[in-house]
Amino acid sequence: MAESHAKVQKVGGGRLCCICNERRAALKRPKTLEQICRECFFAVFEEEIHQVIVENQLFNPGERIAIGASGGKDSTVLAYVLSELNRRHDYRLDLFLLSVDEGITGYRDDSLETVKRNEIQYGLPLKIVSYKDLYGWTMDEIVKIIGLKNNCTFCGVFRRQALDRGASLLKVDKLVTGHNADDIAETVLLNILRGDIARLSRCTAITTGEDGPIPRCKPFKYTYEKEIVMYAYFKRLDYFSTECIYSPNAYRGFAREFIKDLERIRPRAILDIIKSGENFRIATSTKMPEQGTCERCGYISSQKWCKACVLLEGLNRGLPKLGIGRTRVLDKDQKKDLKQSIGTKSIASKQCGSLDF
Amino acid sequence: MACNGSNCQANCHRDEDERAARSDDVSSTAAVDGSGAVCVKCKANEPIPTAAISRGGEVGRFCADCFRSNLFAKFRHAVTSNAMISPADNVLVAFSGGHASRVALQFVHDMQYKAQKNFDASRDRSLPVFGVGVAFIDESTGYPITSSEMDRVLGDMKLMVSQLSPPTKELHIFPVHSVYSEGSRDSRERLKELLDRVSDATGKEDLLVHLRMLSLQKIASDNGYNRIVLGSCISRFASHVLSATVKGQGYSLPADIQYVDARWGVPLVFPLRDCLAQELSMLCHLDGLKTVELPNVPCSSINSLVSSFVALLQEENPSRECTIVRTAGKLTPFHFNRIPEINDCNVPLATRRRQKRSNLKLNGSISSESCCPICFSPLNKADLGSLETRQSASDVFGAACCSSCQFQILPQDSSDMEQFCSLLPEALFSRAKQSNYYDFGSLREQIQDYLLPDSETDP
Repeated sequence: MAESHAKVQKVGGGRLCCICNERRAALKRPKTLEQICRECFFAVFEEEIHQVIVENQLFNPGERIAIGASGGKDSTVLAYVLSELNRRHDYRLDLFLLSVDEGITGYRDDSLETVKRNEIQYGLPLKIVSYKDLYGWTMDEIVKIIGLKNNCTFCGVFRRQALDRGASLLKVDKLVTGHNADDIAETVLLNILRGDIARLSRCTAITTGEDGPIPRCKPFKYTYEKEIVMYAYFKRLDYFSTECIYSPNAYRGFAREFIKDLERIRPRAILDIIKSGENFRIATSTKMPEQGTCERCGYISSQKWCKACVLLEGLNRGLPKLGIGRTRVLDKDQKKDLKQSIGTKSIASKQCGSLDF
Repeated sequence: MACNGSNCQANCHRDEDERAARSDDVSSTAAVDGSGAVCVKCKANEPIPTAAISRGGEVGRFCADCFRSNLFAKFRHAVTSNAMISPADNVLVAFSGGHASRVALQFVHDMQYKAQKNFDASRDRSLPVFGVGVAFIDESTGYPITSSEMDRVLGDMKLMVSQLSPPTKELHIFPVHSVYSEGSRDSRERLKELLDRVSDATGKEDLLVHLRMLSLQKIASDNGYNRIVLGSCISRFASHVLSATVKGQGYSLPADIQYVDARWGVPLVFPLRDCLAQELSMLCHLDGLKTVELPNVPCSSINSLVSSFVALLQEENPSRECTIVRTAGKLTPFHFNRIPEINDCNVPLATRRRQKRSNLKLNGSISSESCCPICFSPLNKADLGSLETRQSASDVFGAACCSSCQFQILPQDSSDMEQFCSLLPEALFSRAKQSNYYDFGSLREQIQDYLLPDSETDP
């Protein structure tokens, strides 16, 4: 395919866009390698997301929708595109921006400034929920106690719940997140590598938690990360692209690199992985963890207490290691060895900074 | 990503635990080298020194004898619990020259040798000894190998097989272009042209794999074999799980990774499914099993990218390959992933009684439907396009293929389709005819003369 498009006739020094055949092609579309112009790129990018929304019936007219906004590229583009499509196709949605303030000085305070600018730029009301208000702890305080190891566990567990709590404060019907196709393909692979059949069966669902209080959905399920960056770049969108100071190398995962290598050979591989994930047939006899509610806070949990409550209890009782790792205790010397033997590289790319499915 | 979930501790921290376990191993093997540590099983002999070959699996904890018997036990367990080989069978071992298929050949030979001894010793001789043949597919049409090199490989192979007797085993050397039916002209050139027309590197590799399968089927059915033994090991299966996922074949994947694959005319069996590649090469090393190495062709395909990714993961965690295969093993297999039961009264009762049933539960398996005519993978009904508008045989053929083959093997330009189909082996093309989808097209062709243009003739 690549070659055939490369042969598109050359006119006046540059190739013509192969969609409109009028303007000069300005970019090679990462998903298909078609050479197209900027205007056509915006059009197909937005139209594909619109089709995903329509085909999967993600929204109903009159619904209140919270957009999980971190200030990063994915959520910024999501907020921009959703408000644009809402206007254009008359979805009749009430859109809100929902941000979580983890309390990380030098990182989250700066990115929240971006979200506050977005609030004005896109005219979407913003709600910020903070760890300090919800749990009484900021990430800065947590890191001071437990150090730079396992801090992402706290952050991730708390964020998931914080988003749900913020969403219920806003009284929204749904929460949308900016997970893109690369994220989902990586999750499929990671779940295979880790043997997590339960997550493998549900990680490709576009809407999750429909049985819970606030369903979540991912309008960017089929949108390539590269195209999101490209869209933000050409639209000159205002976003924040600094890595978290507590996990600077979170993006160097084996699986992510593998996906990028695959994309280089065959761009459609990302979509194919998602397709495989959707088509996996999982035997009904396979044991799945049962879902219940936390006895303490009422949040969904497969255990007696939800993970956030366990972690919080540990923090408040001065036992921050409670709930981290397995019950098996390693003796001190072994732990030391362990720390040395673990490189900075892991198979997963995002220990933090992302929202769990 | 899943790793910051509320209850995923087990998964996130497994890596660390495994690393810890691995460092345990290292310290224990370090002790081995120094003082007189013993095999974990027999507690008498010295374990195999690990410095010789990269570690993995049980290597390094067992002595040579225990290692060998442990590996053979895995093989025999796979054979008996899946009814892979019965006394009346005639088994064809696919031999590539590599470590895995060399071990498969050796183990099948060992089994046959024991069966022969039992037969000679028994009074009533009610259990016949199964027959064994060896197949080598000569793929020099698809890969650049000089003919002198090929002659050397074939010479080595003949010698090796002749040394594996009694009982005598026939060696079938089969050039891959012989999949074209006899009498068809220039089959070698035709195959070359076919491969040249596949522009995608991965597609070309996969097409050759499918043709290899077709060749094995042809050898087996022409020579009266009723089982084909393949030496695929767990490392190979792990790579296949990932590459099939990457190619979007999630639906058909479980069909390819079971112990038995009976969707073909002659069932394929995989008795080394539980063995690691390192273990197999270790056995070859220990027992001096000669292998024939074919020159490796560097390639930038999805398959080779996946293999190097799996190798990287395996290095990081020695049980990663097993985890991958175990995860994919939880996907529902198909009805053809077991050996069909013998209901023939002519087969001696003793043989029938010996056929142990596999523990594969049938109720969970999917009874399938139609298969892709190229790769023979079962098709997801949701993926089948509408065929009503397609009229020529080649169009119908293209539409009957799975989306993966359509993308990486078939020509993108539909005008090249007819030419491409004419280059395909007849056996492949006729497979499409067996499926319902082709019938519609062929029916239409038969009544073509009587159809009026633009009329509502589509049912």
